[in-house]
Amino acid sequence: MKEAEAIIQVEQVKKHFKQVKAVDGVDLEIKKGEFVALLGPNGAGKTTLVEMIEGIQNPDAGNIRIKGLDWKHHTDELHRTIGLSLQETRFIDKLSVVETLKLFASFYNLDKHRIEEILALVNLTEKRKSWVVNLSGGQRQRLALGIALLNNPEVLLLDEPTTGLDPTARREVWDILLKLKNKYNTTLILTTHYMEEASYLCDRIVIMYSGKVLAKGTLEELLSEYVKGEVIDFSVDRPFAEAELPQKESLLKIALEASGTKGEIIVDDLVAFLPGFLEFVKNKGLTLTSLECRKMTLDDLFIALTGRHIND
Amino acid sequence: MLKQLVQLIGVQFKEFFREPGIIFWAFLFPILMAWGLGIAFTKKGELVQRVAVVIDNSDTENLDLTTVAGFENNLTPTLEGEWEKRIGNDKIGITNYKFNTLSWEDAITQVKKGKVDLIMFTKDDQLSYHFDPLNPEAQLAYLQISSALSTSNFQESSDEVEPLTQVGTRYIDFLIPGLIGMNIMMSCMWGISYSMIDKRAKKLLRRMEATPMKKPIFLLAQFIARLTLGTMEAIILIIFAHLYFDIRIEGNVLALLLTFIAGNMAFTGLAILISSRTANPQIGNGLINLVVMPMMVLSGVFFSYHNFPDWAVSFIELLPLTMLADTMRSIFTEGMGLAEALKPIAVLLAIGAITFTTGLRVYKWY
Repeated sequence: MKEAEAIIQVEQVKKHFKQVKAVDGVDLEIKKGEFVALLGPNGAGKTTLVEMIEGIQNPDAGNIRIKGLDWKHHTDELHRTIGLSLQETRFIDKLSVVETLKLFASFYNLDKHRIEEILALVNLTEKRKSWVVNLSGGQRQRLALGIALLNNPEVLLLDEPTTGLDPTARREVWDILLKLKNKYNTTLILTTHYMEEASYLCDRIVIMYSGKVLAKGTLEELLSEYVKGEVIDFSVDRPFAEAELPQKESLLKIALEASGTKGEIIVDDLVAFLPGFLEFVKNKGLTLTSLECRKMTLDDLFIALTGRHIND
Repeated sequence: MLKQLVQLIGVQFKEFFREPGIIFWAFLFPILMAWGLGIAFTKKGELVQRVAVVIDNSDTENLDLTTVAGFENNLTPTLEGEWEKRIGNDKIGITNYKFNTLSWEDAITQVKKGKVDLIMFTKDDQLSYHFDPLNPEAQLAYLQISSALSTSNFQESSDEVEPLTQVGTRYIDFLIPGLIGMNIMMSCMWGISYSMIDKRAKKLLRRMEATPMKKPIFLLAQFIARLTLGTMEAIILIIFAHLYFDIRIEGNVLALLLTFIAGNMAFTGLAILISSRTANPQIGNGLINLVVMPMMVLSGVFFSYHNFPDWAVSFIELLPLTMLADTMRSIFTEGMGLAEALKPIAVLLAIGAITFTTGLRVYKWY
């Protein structure tokens, strides 16, 4: 990646709170028009990192530049360049949607016309006169997104924009974001702990854990680099020993549960391995009670990298 | 810039007027309080005071008290089985003393409950009085009763007494300027501090700070909105007090206006300083009370602070609410002019400026 292409540069950024190393030496470069997901469990340091990029928190060490500008010297310009939504901002309860937008529009010196555009973009035209307190969770998130988009930002930073939303409401937010990508070539960083969101929306995924970047790349790159093979989940009626399994050479990993009747096998070539496995089961006189074959997912990747599930 | 200011002030007003309860507390409650206290302390009828009589070696209730030495011909029985004596007249005020026979223990209990201030104890025709010498009501009761009983025909001489009922000297004249000052304090401290802490807890301050919004404009909007609402509250209260109690502004109206604005600035500054760090409404509550409570009690809103010891008075006079209430009171009732009001106005402005800049410096937006 060439220097000139990067719209956001994060170099060796650190932020420590008392005992906790919230962000511990992160490097990141994001190109214009790229959608990047910061993926990780709660407490991974995603919010701290994003808030440092947003200029809300100051890094203890390292540099952050957006379009080559830093927060210390270009605060006002950067505020006009970026749009953001924080994790769980609550707006003023007894202010209507359109009044809330007007308030924020005044900070950017925008006119009524822009407010109408935003209402249409985030699908809140019909709810324009409703008080914030009466909006659903999805509508509130769309309002927060609308506020983030008021100044038509080149760089959009969204901190868990769909956490707590039902699948339909989540899909609505995704559709808006994809529209932005196609229409305005917006650059997006979003934090999430939904694997699905990261893989559906984003060009690149950055996996964070304990303040560090564990891995980054496209979904395909990550999967092929960190988790090879395909997965067979099965259970049988009687236990058998691991050593009895055939075709050891194509077997990447096997994890049998203590009972010996349930397990997960990871193989490099499912099509080649499966017939032999089924024959082994038959010859041993075992009966399969369940069998599921699948490709590796981000979940497996996350477990491979951290040894735990993302939402544990 | 102007657009921001207009929007931010507009939001304050909307938040205010869309909360139906606030209308009552901001506009009606001060009037009710002025009305209630004004009635209670200004249009005084006759005062009733209860006195316990303990007759030694006797636990009989409803004893005929006129048989007791000293009480002969002095008491009239009431329908409730008590005995009473009215002392005083229209000019000096009438107190109706009601006497009850009680055992010593019961009498002491009544004193503890505050129902009785004075105990009269008789034994073998000897009468003694028992009361707390630091309690002025008890002192007065003692003086009135003892003189009434010792001279069988108590001369309620009142030739030299002329009651003060002219405008400006009544309790209500004292109260209204104090109430206006207290309203300024309450409206700034609760209105600004609480809404700031709430917005911080909601992360709304953080969200607003992440835009090109100008911070001083945001705080200025708080001040202007509060000043406007406070002016409305004060005007309503003054109109009521004028119509109902015939209260007038004797002094310089411009001085009153400037004092009012200076008071608002002082308390806006204090409110911003108090709310500059915390995001916890409970802590905010405590901090606001820390400022508000001492001034409510000490600053002479309801009762003069000149009964406190001298060292305390010199401290109390430094409190912003004392300065505000005293200056407004002098303008209302003593006809204070602009020149004399300038000093307290300057001090209030200085308090506002110092607390505002300190608050802005340490302000935690997130």
